[in-house]
Amino acid sequence: MLPAKGIRLIVIVAVLVMTIGITAPAMAQDGSNMLIMARAVDSTGLDPHTQTAFASLRMLELVYETLVRTDENLVLEPALAESWAFSDDGMQLTFNLRQGVTFHDGSPFTSEDVIVSIERILDEETGSATRSNLLSIESMDAPDDYTVVMNLTLPDVPLVAALSSINTAILPSELIAEGDPSATVNGTGPFMLESWQPEERTILMAFADYWGDGPYVDGIEIRIVPDESTIMAALRAGEIDFAMLNDPLIATLPMGGSEAIINRAPDISYHVLQLRAAVEPLDKLEVRQAISCAIDRQQVVDVAALGEGMVTGPLTMPAWQVPLDELFCYEQDLARAQELMAEAGLEEGFELPVIVAVAEPPTALSEAQVIQEQLRAINIEVTIESLEFGVYVDRWLAADFTAAIALNGGRSDPYPMYSRYFQYDANFNEVAGYIDDTLDSLMKQGQVETDPEARWEIFAEFQRHLAETAPWIWLYNGYTYTGQQPWVTDFTPTPTGSIFYLSEARLDR
Amino acid sequence: MLRYIAQRLIAVIPTLIGVSLLVFIAIRLVPGDAIVTMLGTEAGMLTANQRAALESYFGLDKPATVQYVTWMGDVLQGDLGFSIRHGKPVLDLILERFPVTMELAFVSLVTALVVGTTLGTLSAVLHNSFIDLFGRLFALLGLAAPNFLIGTLLIYVLSVYFGILPNAGNYVELTEDPVKNFEQIIFPAMTLGFSFSASVMRTTRSAMLEVLGEDYIRTARSKGLRSRTVITRHALRNAMIPVVTLAGVELGYLLGGAVIVEQIFALPGLGRLTLNAISQRDYALIQGATLFIAINFVVINLVVDLIYAVVDPRISYGSHK
Repeated sequence: MLPAKGIRLIVIVAVLVMTIGITAPAMAQDGSNMLIMARAVDSTGLDPHTQTAFASLRMLELVYETLVRTDENLVLEPALAESWAFSDDGMQLTFNLRQGVTFHDGSPFTSEDVIVSIERILDEETGSATRSNLLSIESMDAPDDYTVVMNLTLPDVPLVAALSSINTAILPSELIAEGDPSATVNGTGPFMLESWQPEERTILMAFADYWGDGPYVDGIEIRIVPDESTIMAALRAGEIDFAMLNDPLIATLPMGGSEAIINRAPDISYHVLQLRAAVEPLDKLEVRQAISCAIDRQQVVDVAALGEGMVTGPLTMPAWQVPLDELFCYEQDLARAQELMAEAGLEEGFELPVIVAVAEPPTALSEAQVIQEQLRAINIEVTIESLEFGVYVDRWLAADFTAAIALNGGRSDPYPMYSRYFQYDANFNEVAGYIDDTLDSLMKQGQVETDPEARWEIFAEFQRHLAETAPWIWLYNGYTYTGQQPWVTDFTPTPTGSIFYLSEARLDR
Repeated sequence: MLRYIAQRLIAVIPTLIGVSLLVFIAIRLVPGDAIVTMLGTEAGMLTANQRAALESYFGLDKPATVQYVTWMGDVLQGDLGFSIRHGKPVLDLILERFPVTMELAFVSLVTALVVGTTLGTLSAVLHNSFIDLFGRLFALLGLAAPNFLIGTLLIYVLSVYFGILPNAGNYVELTEDPVKNFEQIIFPAMTLGFSFSASVMRTTRSAMLEVLGEDYIRTARSKGLRSRTVITRHALRNAMIPVVTLAGVELGYLLGGAVIVEQIFALPGLGRLTLNAISQRDYALIQGATLFIAINFVVINLVVDLIYAVVDPRISYGSHK
């Protein structure tokens, strides 16, 4: 029998070995062709027609598909539709569908699935927020299995772009008729949903009969790691192959000895100081313009986002942007700002309450603080109200604020990006707090203009007019970040944050 | 004794009803509902009919009193409700997550008690020595440094200097692979145990200092007992009562889920479940989880009271001889 001291020693050694045993890098995924990915926020549901959270869309984009999609340059490209065309009068939009496409359960994809899916979105019972983008569709016909004709109430040019959102995903008609899309996933995308444990992990398996390129991995395991610094640590330690990151302050941390790399793509979402011109004294044009002139946008980027962003006007898509020097007061001009405040009779300044959501985006509070400091120069005392996200959204929707720091989503087309805010009867016009005849008319022309150059001019004027009237102060657009190990190749990051191109990624461990 | 337990359990009922009512009202007073938190600002794009359809889906269309009475009725039949966001009964979700929380609580409590009482005893016995100084510094640091700092530092050191991170979102259950599970639980447990070991150390130290000055210790020493026997059998046991109280309260908190540590170390515990439920306004889950946590808390309080009697035989319940 061992003496008592000997037993104690063994126990101590055993505990130490167990603890130190961890120091051998785990690399559990050696040899496997599953891509291990981590992100902080999980999907909130599976129904592509009702989910709007970015986290849900990123997962759904891997399993469902739309008629068209945008590539990494935001150019529309064929997806389930091989081609599309407007009739000469613009009142009909015809899609020629891809043949030989099957859903994950093996059933063939046809025009009936398209019609039933779009009808489901238009049905108010579904509760789809994207319905508002499809209201120009009056009826749909299917001349054959691979053609869909949409009859429109007006020549709705941006409708094609609206149909690139995963919120307009095509579901099999049987699933809509007999199943529950919030519980069953059956798409045509490159990956099939194998399992979803909310807030823990999602397993996607490669769809062998996918019509497009890839997938070249066996599947993707999406792990939820709520803290982004932990995700960075996992990337450094080689425990994961791929990561989605949101916080620029974390994504730009040095990688230590690790060979992992961070991809950056300019994001089309924009950081903005929303003013509500409906509230005094913001109803005075001079006051809003003074705020615009007093803010040094580059300093906001440099201080709040450590330089991780580009100063932007209302449109963030490179193809649509007008040069910044064409926009009113895009260089800080304090003398002009003071003059404008004097013209408004407000040299003494006033108090401006600004709401921000905690960590949504992660830089929100810092942005507000930089602006608070900058507006002091024209005697505007910014008071910051930091709110939990749900509370913030509630106040925002109710237009119960004077000013707000927001991160608003971008689109590949300017019309759906702003139609909800700057038209007389728009859903969010009350929230936007401002409208005038010029804006309303530019929006309406922009919707129906079919000539691309004329359309570009309309939206150039739209940007100049918005900067001039300053209902909001556009600040900057940041980047979307993904992290990956050197052995992950052929992945292309996108400005929408979509990770669809994981379908083309390869693992070369 | 049994009668005492029964009395205590009955006294708990109003507490639990109070807790459930308070939580029920509080979460409904907070702005934002399940629809707003699910859709974000897109919720504003819904028409009135669309919104009504979603409200009925989430069960938000009924008056609050009806919701509470229905829920309470279900609870009495052992049904804590259904989480629409997870697509599962609340009780199933809690029971899935509770073992993680329990293991984390247990390991960190044991770690803290071992480290804290050892350091506290040594500090008291070797009063004003180098070890005492170290012990007091350790306690000061443990009480001052918040969990999120210790946890983040630990993860940083592990990943940057050792190239490892035992849990990168792939939590393995104890029954599945005990070694891997231990690797994943030990660092969060250490993080969580650090601050608690500091309070245990301080409590042990001051209790020991007091006890060591008592007459019966001098008597024991003068009987010729070995110093170690005097310290472990006579002094430590008597100094343990405040530590047991402390451990009981701490365990009650820990079983409610260590929110921050579970977030940082990606552990799928009860704390994370409840936190997410709150940010998603998953009413059924918030109500179920808080009720469960409250029950844990009162039961542990009761157990601690019963443990007093074991540690100190002078304390007894129920029998008045």
